[in-house]
Amino acid sequence: MARMKFICDAERCIECNGCVTACKAEHAVPWGVNRRRVVTLNDGVPGERSISVACMHCSDAPCMAVCPVDCFYRTEEGVVLHDKDTCIGCGYCSYACPFGAPQFPSAGTFGMRGKMDKCTFCAGGPEAHGSAAENEKYGRNRLAEGKLPACAEMCATKALLGGDGDVVADIFRVRVTTRNKGSEVWGWGTAYGKPSPGSAAPKATKS
Amino acid sequence: MRTLAVAAAGLVLVTSLAACGEKPQVAGSSVKGQPAYLGTGVGPYTQAGWKAGDATSWEEQMRTRTQTGQNEYVRSGGN
Repeated sequence: MARMKFICDAERCIECNGCVTACKAEHAVPWGVNRRRVVTLNDGVPGERSISVACMHCSDAPCMAVCPVDCFYRTEEGVVLHDKDTCIGCGYCSYACPFGAPQFPSAGTFGMRGKMDKCTFCAGGPEAHGSAAENEKYGRNRLAEGKLPACAEMCATKALLGGDGDVVADIFRVRVTTRNKGSEVWGWGTAYGKPSPGSAAPKATKS
Repeated sequence: MRTLAVAAAGLVLVTSLAACGEKPQVAGSSVKGQPAYLGTGVGPYTQAGWKAGDATSWEEQMRTRTQTGQNEYVRSGGN
């Protein structure tokens, strides 16, 4: 079975926010909640880079690990979803997520935090596919319609790729090898730094 | 005395049945969702080219759609 993943090509993203708009429109996401957003690194500096960020549907999702009511589940396609009927809006998932994916509507009384909302990879929720209840709580279920996430399909420069992890990785790999750059902008090197020349590899230690 | 007995019986009835109207509270979600390949059953919104309920055709549909929609190296003929 396919393992659905997103990847954003920072060499192509032009910070147009088309993905954000597509998501908001497709799922009628309420004001104040952004399932997807564009983050710009070194904004205003020549060479700035932008990336589109949402739930990355982690294989080992920290949100699932910390949820006290265990409202998260993973579909056969590898999409991390949650049950809003079980969610208590505690916010633990928000603290655990490294991507800031969980969002909380604050339109309740005294600004009370509502039930968590996040990117569904356009795969709806636990309700019956295409049902009114699913549409109201989670938005459109495009995967069950044979389509891909609206954000990736609407991306004008095709910076944001979404689909089976193996397929999108192949597409990205072809781009990087064709233009001979790109993988260094957003990846492990950006997140954790690169080893300086001449430095010894860290020794393995027992912990 | 009779009134007191009726009131006591009523009180016992209310306290003993109080929990019957409560919904069960079980920690954890038992939902796992349905696989996407089952489709929505809503014809007009479903993309043509695959058969709902057939996992293989859904996967092929996803692969084809990803390649034709997001890989311009395929769309432009490899240039």
